[in-house]
Amino acid sequence: MAKFTALVVEDSPTMRQLICFALRRVREVTVVEANDGVDGLKKLSQHHVDILLTDINMPIMDGLKLVSMVRKDANYKELPIIIITTEGSPEDRQRALALGANAYITKPIQAPQVISQVKSLLKLP
Amino acid sequence: MGDIQGGGVSGDGYIERREEIMAVMKKTASFTEELLQENERLRQRVSTLEAQKSMPVAADNSFVQELMERLKQTENDKQELFSRFQEVSEENRNFAERYVEIEAENNNLANLYVASYQLHSTLDFDEVIQIITEIVINLIGAEAFAIALIDPKTEVVKAVSAEGIRQEEFPTVKLGEGVIGKVLADGEPFIPDALDPEAKIDLTKPIVAVPLKIKDLVFGVLCIYRFFEQKKELVDVDRELFTLLAGHAATAIFSSRLYTDSNRKLQTIQGLIQLMAS
Repeated sequence: MAKFTALVVEDSPTMRQLICFALRRVREVTVVEANDGVDGLKKLSQHHVDILLTDINMPIMDGLKLVSMVRKDANYKELPIIIITTEGSPEDRQRALALGANAYITKPIQAPQVISQVKSLLKLP
Repeated sequence: MGDIQGGGVSGDGYIERREEIMAVMKKTASFTEELLQENERLRQRVSTLEAQKSMPVAADNSFVQELMERLKQTENDKQELFSRFQEVSEENRNFAERYVEIEAENNNLANLYVASYQLHSTLDFDEVIQIITEIVINLIGAEAFAIALIDPKTEVVKAVSAEGIRQEEFPTVKLGEGVIGKVLADGEPFIPDALDPEAKIDLTKPIVAVPLKIKDLVFGVLCIYRFFEQKKELVDVDRELFTLLAGHAATAIFSSRLYTDSNRKLQTIQGLIQLMAS
């Protein structure tokens, strides 16, 4: 049934579990988890990822750096990216979208909002 | 005929004429009878035709009447279907509203489940504090807050973790005094109905203060001083999370403290035994 793979990059286990909890409600999606940007890049190379969800504030490599590196790779030019962060100012949002993110969700998250964004970017009904 | 009128007719002639007249009269009578019969026949024919003519009219009337009946029935059916459609639309709207409510409930339950799961996932004190911090930031949306515990020996309230404020600046609190002191003394949370986005941080007056307690034993407090700018109001799940934190975070902190203490004692005893054995 699962046709798409979502990579969730989040250093907080609580938040990661919550995002995965939401994503597992979308039947067509399986979830791969990563703790930070570097781990995210590693998992990206190991799996066929269809959508990336990442936090911004993370140790080792933050989410914005991750988005910027992913977009530099020609293989991931079209990869849908959702930023999930506590940074809620319009400037933060603008910065993330300018780097190549497709959507921006602020914490605390609402599961329906995450599900709706993922479905929309994966063009799921 | 002129002869009769003239009166000069002989006896034989008279008889002949009379017979002729009689024959003519008979013919006339027969002709009249035929005419009458023909008249009767025609009259019957007319009435038959009239009857035939009136029959289709009656049939047409009943057909129109039947059509009218059908039309009326169709109108009734249409009306019934329309009212049923309205009922179904209303039901649909109710289901949609219910679906949204259930989604929200689902979301709340997921938040509570994850928070509870994470809180009890470790017996390490620092990890427990880190998890409480994550819950307060990520699930509640607090930007500046402190977790303070009552030192069991000195009974002084001291912050063990802080975000958005300096930990060492957490105020000295006397039980029963101020917002924090009252929460610690009464064991009842202080949660406002609405958030003031313009409020300045005053470390003695948190926006939200939640006691950390096991049954009636209060041994700490969570003080929130500021929420993220996107957090405009406190919703039901926030209140549920505060209640959950009040109990579960307290249990997790208490357990981890006990575990850490007993582990430390165990290590001391083991070290002593090894020392004695050697």
